[in-house]
Amino acid sequence: MNVVIILLLIFLVLCAIGVSFSHNLLNSILIFMSYSLIMSIVWVCLESPDLAITEAAVGAGVTSILFFVTLKKIRGIKLEKETEDSRIVEQEVADFE
Amino acid sequence: MSRRKTDAEYSKTFAFKFFRWLSGTKDPYVNTVEMTPQKEYKPDKERMKWLEFEEKEAKEKVYDLDNNRVIKSYEKMYHAVAVIFCVALALLLLYTVSYLPRYGSEDRPTNNEVAERYIEQGMEETGAVNVVTGMILTYRAFDTFGETNVLFIATCCVMIMLMLEESVLESTEIFNERRYEPKNDRILQGAAYVLCPVIFIFGIYVILNGQISPGGGFSGGSIMGAGLILYATAFSFKNTERFFNEKVYKVAKITALIMYGLIGSYFYITGANGIANHIPLGIPGHILSAGIILPIDICVGIEVACTMYAFYALFRRGGL
Repeated sequence: MNVVIILLLIFLVLCAIGVSFSHNLLNSILIFMSYSLIMSIVWVCLESPDLAITEAAVGAGVTSILFFVTLKKIRGIKLEKETEDSRIVEQEVADFE
Repeated sequence: MSRRKTDAEYSKTFAFKFFRWLSGTKDPYVNTVEMTPQKEYKPDKERMKWLEFEEKEAKEKVYDLDNNRVIKSYEKMYHAVAVIFCVALALLLLYTVSYLPRYGSEDRPTNNEVAERYIEQGMEETGAVNVVTGMILTYRAFDTFGETNVLFIATCCVMIMLMLEESVLESTEIFNERRYEPKNDRILQGAAYVLCPVIFIFGIYVILNGQISPGGGFSGGSIMGAGLILYATAFSFKNTERFFNEKVYKVAKITALIMYGLIGSYFYITGANGIANHIPLGIPGHILSAGIILPIDICVGIEVACTMYAFYALFRRGGL
């Protein structure tokens, strides 16, 4: 059990470093999500399951969704290939504005 | 109600003159102060040359990053000092941590009479098997009330910033919603069709069993909020509006907050002044036990679920 906790903690530190060093914002959010998920497992190992439930729901779920929505609002998500649909939608939006 | 002034009346007031002066549409010195007319501009060739030379030199010395030694060395120094500072801070903190008592040892300063009292007599006094919920919602009920208020104020702030008017919301609906993703995603809808009821029931279970099993108002509320968000993502806001619109949101949220305040103050006033407290504690381990914990848990759960969903809806499209 001790080894598992040490591995999880090392993963936590790696995630925390990875969030600040990744250039893509979308990747940062995904790493942050995995950080919260690992954190909730750590809470279970530390015998506080109520915190684990909250961490899983808020940290991994709601917060990251809010980040995603914000990224979408500021058009931070860059599509690698512009698909036909997205170009049409962009055109529609431009016309609308 | 004050009467609206006509334009002719308004132009005579002091405020109109002041703001006209402030915006600079009328120069107050024109026709009142004697002014010398501006001289005609004559370019001086030597001076122009000097200015060009100066500009070139300034660019080379200050702005040209490739040739400027000072800026280069400064950047290197800056990075080095930043790394050294961070490492030194981390080492200092780790050094301090090494002096802290071991995790879970007996001589920790947190192991005092307060924790002892909570653990030994908490179940007797609050009737809750889950000591954490008992502690948060009875001994520290007003702390949690403050936290619930913080949630309320946070949603109010987000609403002030992001909420759109009804007419604007309707006209931008087509473009705001699902701009990039396909409509009616079969996989997402199929998954949500199975998962949503399970998530809701689990959330309600966690709220109602707050005094028996791990969890409580906040955990259960956030689970239900996450379920609502999943439902809204899969089946669009038109379907959520059938059971959760702005009216329901306002009523649920304010009722939950007021109920919490009333229950908490009743508990505190009767407990503090020695007046008999008529809330039965029940048998520990049953769902209908532990006095005020269950109603407060329900109030907190509603509050948190509403907050989570409102954040998502306001971020996503600017309205509930």
